[in-house]
Amino acid sequence: MSIMPNVIIRKNQQGQLSFYVPKKDLEEMVVSIEYDGPSAWGGEVQLVDGSKYYIEPLEAPPQLPLTLRVKRL
Amino acid sequence: MTERTRTENEALIQEVLKAYPEQTKKDRAKHLMVNDKNVDKSKKCIISNKKSQPGVTTMRGCAYAGAKGVVWGPIKDMVHISHGPVGCGAYTRAGRRNYYSGFTGVNNFVTINFTSDYQEKDIVFGGDKKLEKMIDEVEMLFPLHKGISVLSECPIGLIGDDIEAVARKKSKQINKPIVPVRCEGFRGVSQSLGHHIANDSIRDWLLSKRDEDNSFETTPYDVSILGDYNIGGDAWSSRVLLEEMGLRVVAQWSGDGSLSEMELTPKVKMNLLHCYRSMNYISRHMEEKYGIPWLEYNFFGPTKIAESLRKIASHFDSKIQEGAERVIAKYQPTMDAVIAKYRPRLQGKKVLLYVGGLRPRHTVGAYEDLGMEVVGTGYEFAHNDDYDRTMKDMKDATLIYDDASAHELDEFVKVLKPDLVGSGIKEKYGFQKMGVPFRQMHSWDYSGPYHGYDGFAIFARDMDMTINNPCWSKIPVPWKQADKSSLAATA
Repeated sequence: MSIMPNVIIRKNQQGQLSFYVPKKDLEEMVVSIEYDGPSAWGGEVQLVDGSKYYIEPLEAPPQLPLTLRVKRL
Repeated sequence: MTERTRTENEALIQEVLKAYPEQTKKDRAKHLMVNDKNVDKSKKCIISNKKSQPGVTTMRGCAYAGAKGVVWGPIKDMVHISHGPVGCGAYTRAGRRNYYSGFTGVNNFVTINFTSDYQEKDIVFGGDKKLEKMIDEVEMLFPLHKGISVLSECPIGLIGDDIEAVARKKSKQINKPIVPVRCEGFRGVSQSLGHHIANDSIRDWLLSKRDEDNSFETTPYDVSILGDYNIGGDAWSSRVLLEEMGLRVVAQWSGDGSLSEMELTPKVKMNLLHCYRSMNYISRHMEEKYGIPWLEYNFFGPTKIAESLRKIASHFDSKIQEGAERVIAKYQPTMDAVIAKYRPRLQGKKVLLYVGGLRPRHTVGAYEDLGMEVVGTGYEFAHNDDYDRTMKDMKDATLIYDDASAHELDEFVKVLKPDLVGSGIKEKYGFQKMGVPFRQMHSWDYSGPYHGYDGFAIFARDMDMTINNPCWSKIPVPWKQADKSSLAATA
């Protein structure tokens, strides 16, 4: 069974992407994101603590913050 | 005064844990830690927001306490119905001293206890009709109320009353918002879930009411104060500083706040968040839906106030930034005088805190301004993200405890020998009988405000008044009485 938490993705004041899982009080910076271009956004995301999540790729970078359902890898 | 080392504090934790049976010991060990500044994520050291152990005396409240007592209760022009048996409302009535302006019973209702007073027949046959009747009575007796919140106590969830349906139906009839809040006390592990539920109910039933209405004239300097409950006037002494630097405070959540202020909050330019724990949910929602950034600040003690004012101002133009500098310069001489007066009397005194919300970390700066040192701190109902923030604010090797029990606190105090304990009413009389100076830091021990520059002067006076009170040495602590005959003489 894959775990699919709801997360809020936002940009912090330094412009870094932050990843917030309300249910777990997990607030962690994003280290890498697979697609971060004008034509695709999302894919595999790695956080500072080493955990990885998968965001169904969007066709364009979204307006942040945004609540998404992601897959935990 | 010698500082305690990491090893000493770790040994203290082990000593305290000895009193527990194996399973409890294993569980409680995860809630106690010695601060390590090199670790940036608290979850490696401390576990929080978990169910309290059976058999230990926890100081926590329930979801109803979080929703009614903290978030909804202080909204002044609404009627807050404690829906269920009479006790929950009666014992939470006016305890938090959320000050407000207006005429109680006419256009303000904060200190009045409205309850549906459930009886056996309501449990058996359901209480929806009673709630309807009650709303009619409220409307007749208090026509100037602006809306109603229905705060569920435990039985409402257990018997399955449909308060949402009643709220929708009656709201149409009286043409005022009625918000059903599913904050039954059994939900969650502490009052913390109550805050979340209350935030969600505001989001779902109130916040979007004026989305289409653009008649409110905005300015580029509109802000709101979130998570300030105006205990002893806290929000007022914060608000004046923001206004003096040129900002316009549109809304106060929820101390001295009103329904229309809350509905207008989506129109502000920035949400200023004092109590992160109880209102981060709605801040995050407004950021996502309305694009309003939010900023945490700290208005305890001149150092942190100046830091926060500059941080707030940095998000606005030069007019506000100059305003912030002007405000800081204006109050600096007064603050210097306060510190000159009280610091010599308080220098080097040790404080042990055990409170909730934001105080275990936010008040540290104010104590340090007075030359005092916080040797232990902890929360009743914090989550991981609170401890992340706390670890940064505390000194290395400080003792940190989550959901501490009466036994743990007693032992910590006996060994750390703080000059002041700051905690709640449940701890107050125990420690006073031990002859330990104590201040009730949930509602400022019937004093306040403590926020802002005006508040710091009162804070410093209160701490001096408590610590240097001659009464403490006069309290006969039974186990310190070497000579039993002196007791017999006074018996």
